Amino acid sequence: MNFEFSSEQNLLRDQAKSFLADKSPLRVARQVLEGESSHDAELWRSIAAMGWTATTIPEKYHGLGLGQLELCVIAEELGRALSPVPFSSSVYMATEALLLGGSEAQKEALLGKLAQGEAIGCMALAEQAGSLSPNSIQSTVSTGKLTGTKLMVADGDLADFAVVLAKSGDDCSLYLVDLNGDGVERETVATMDPSRSHARISFTAAEADLLGTAGDGFQLLAGVLDHAAVLYAFEQVAGAEACLDMAKEYALQRYAFGRPIASYQALKHRMAQMYVACVLARSNCYYGAWALSTRAAELPVAAATARVSATQAFKMCAEENIQIHGGMGFTWEFDCHLYYRRHKLLAVNIGSESFWKDRLITRIEAQKAAA
Amino acid sequence: MDFNDTQQEADFRQEARRWLEENAPKMADVKATDPIERAQAWQMMKYQAGWACLRWPKEYGGRGASAVESSIFSEEEGRVSVPVGAFTIGQGMAAPTMMQYASEEQKKQYLPRLASGEDIWCQLFSEPAGGSDLAALTTRSVRDGDDWVINGQKIWTSGAHYSDYGIMVTRSDPTVPKHKGLTYFFLDMKSAGIEIKPIKQISGDSNFNEVYFTDVRIPDSQRLGKVGEGWAVSMTTLMNERAAIAGGGPGLLSFEGAYALASELQIDDAPATQDRAVRNQLADWYCKESGLKYTFARTQSALSRGDTPGPENSIGKLVSAKKSQEIASFCIDLMEMVGASLSPEAGPYGGQFQNAYMGSPGGRIAGGSDEIMMNIIAERVLGLPQDIRVDKEVPFNEIPTGNK
Repeated sequence: MNFEFSSEQNLLRDQAKSFLADKSPLRVARQVLEGESSHDAELWRSIAAMGWTATTIPEKYHGLGLGQLELCVIAEELGRALSPVPFSSSVYMATEALLLGGSEAQKEALLGKLAQGEAIGCMALAEQAGSLSPNSIQSTVSTGKLTGTKLMVADGDLADFAVVLAKSGDDCSLYLVDLNGDGVERETVATMDPSRSHARISFTAAEADLLGTAGDGFQLLAGVLDHAAVLYAFEQVAGAEACLDMAKEYALQRYAFGRPIASYQALKHRMAQMYVACVLARSNCYYGAWALSTRAAELPVAAATARVSATQAFKMCAEENIQIHGGMGFTWEFDCHLYYRRHKLLAVNIGSESFWKDRLITRIEAQKAAA
Repeated sequence: MDFNDTQQEADFRQEARRWLEENAPKMADVKATDPIERAQAWQMMKYQAGWACLRWPKEYGGRGASAVESSIFSEEEGRVSVPVGAFTIGQGMAAPTMMQYASEEQKKQYLPRLASGEDIWCQLFSEPAGGSDLAALTTRSVRDGDDWVINGQKIWTSGAHYSDYGIMVTRSDPTVPKHKGLTYFFLDMKSAGIEIKPIKQISGDSNFNEVYFTDVRIPDSQRLGKVGEGWAVSMTTLMNERAAIAGGGPGLLSFEGAYALASELQIDDAPATQDRAVRNQLADWYCKESGLKYTFARTQSALSRGDTPGPENSIGKLVSAKKSQEIASFCIDLMEMVGASLSPEAGPYGGQFQNAYMGSPGGRIAGGSDEIMMNIIAERVLGLPQDIRVDKEVPFNEIPTGNK
């Protein structure tokens, strides 16, 4: 048993941290949030140049062929820095969807470009508010042409292709769709966290290429989401820790009634609870990382556990960080809201805490039934 | 990162499992019915076979095993039905303190008898006027020749009535600031002048006692640490206490316990486990238990290096004590209108969750209350400042204490 990352992986984390401290301080996230651009293109190019986009892509497809643990430590630092790049869409999800379900031809065509950061992929899933289920999907593919509208597609306005969940007949499947092709209209939408761009995409008889087996869309999606859940969880736990650090620093230097507010038990206990949430989440993340890296049978349970725990930690820390900052935390000028926005975005865009909790119990029940 | 056993760990697990499977059934032949005597019988079997207090050095009755091996054995022991308890304080708290502060001769005399379960120890720390503020204790120790003479009262002492020895912290000098006038001893609980009275708890049980000292004599050779340095010695005991009680595996007040109950009860004519609100709540506890389990696993590597358990252990008790209370309460709610009954009609577990709920407030107080645990995290882990103290540099005998 060994419950820690290797020294090489820790070294990679340190490199990622100092790289992002230099290239992606919070003001970079703020520039995208306040500006018109969908992401920081220069940062994206530097990230691709570092090879991060190629991390888990096998060497035969021009990737680095590293493991999932390396991707986890990178995710952690991107989450801490709130980096405004399409990494999660392209790497955690589109790349993983291709690795899990892609044909040889599809992998040949796209993985090399994804590895280089030349192509950006995204996931187009939801069509309405409420939970994602076969009944909620109206988009339809017939004779290879997709028609329908997808909401809140992360990075949908800048991506080159989308992995789209759609019906053909009664069953759902995943399809690859070129977003620069005919029959695709995209519109950037206003969101709670404009540091990460989202789009509404309307498809009208757009060319759609089946990914994986017809009718197995939700099953393939479950694998992609489990993968994404662990990596999102690393982003979330680092975001939570960043909030705790901010709160602590502020409370130590802010005085009220003649003493630092960090010396008041009400605030100390609040921060102690934030710490507890971070520790629990981090430990669950490590278990998720291990399960992901070994494709262990425990992955579905471990991924859901990490996701729920990290969502809870980030929520608590982002909310309490503002509370501890008091009125200053409620100003546009302070950075608390950057984390507050990101926490809520990450909490829902691969399924809510409640969704993952239900999934967790379903999976534990499956384990019990199998035992 | 590898959450599976290494080959060496797997071999160790196999060896432990084989021994446990061969020997646990022998408990059926033990005549004693008293739970403490049964626990002692099992402890002696482990001791004689080299499976007691695994991490202790061999010369003190242990096995010299690593922290990971020790937790592997605990996991495996948890799978077989054997009596446990009574040794947490002696082995988990007194022993680490003795190892650090007792003489070599004393260690050789007392530790093997702790490992074998022959001796049971208790902890005499809390007082009526000093609970969370432990250093407010007033039990006096006065030097008299080669002895110390003890007068005063301790409270919340688990197992005082069946203990052979105790560890205690006393006030040796009330004229200096409170943390500086303390001295630490171990003593024979059969000494003259000790009177023990059980405390009736809200659950109706009596797991704790009040212990009165009237001119009790303790030889100076049984002092641990220097005169006036009892606070530092106490900290060694308390950090180990929090590690010793941080655990809490599967049991009634766990995800598994709650799931089992929920699957036997109905909400709107369907098993309660199908109710979304119930599932959400169950998932929450599962995530907390999993988080604690892997946090514990991560601290094993620090323990393997021989470190004293750090303040991060405080999260274990803080999280699990509150969770236990929540689970008990939630499970009673699932029983709806018969939920408050203590009889078997209250469902498949007949009063167990109800009794557990009455016991659960104790977990949030004993061994450092939730509030003390949060202070420890805030101050020692996060480095936040201590609260403003009005008692810091004042001689102890000038400070108001307790209800004064």
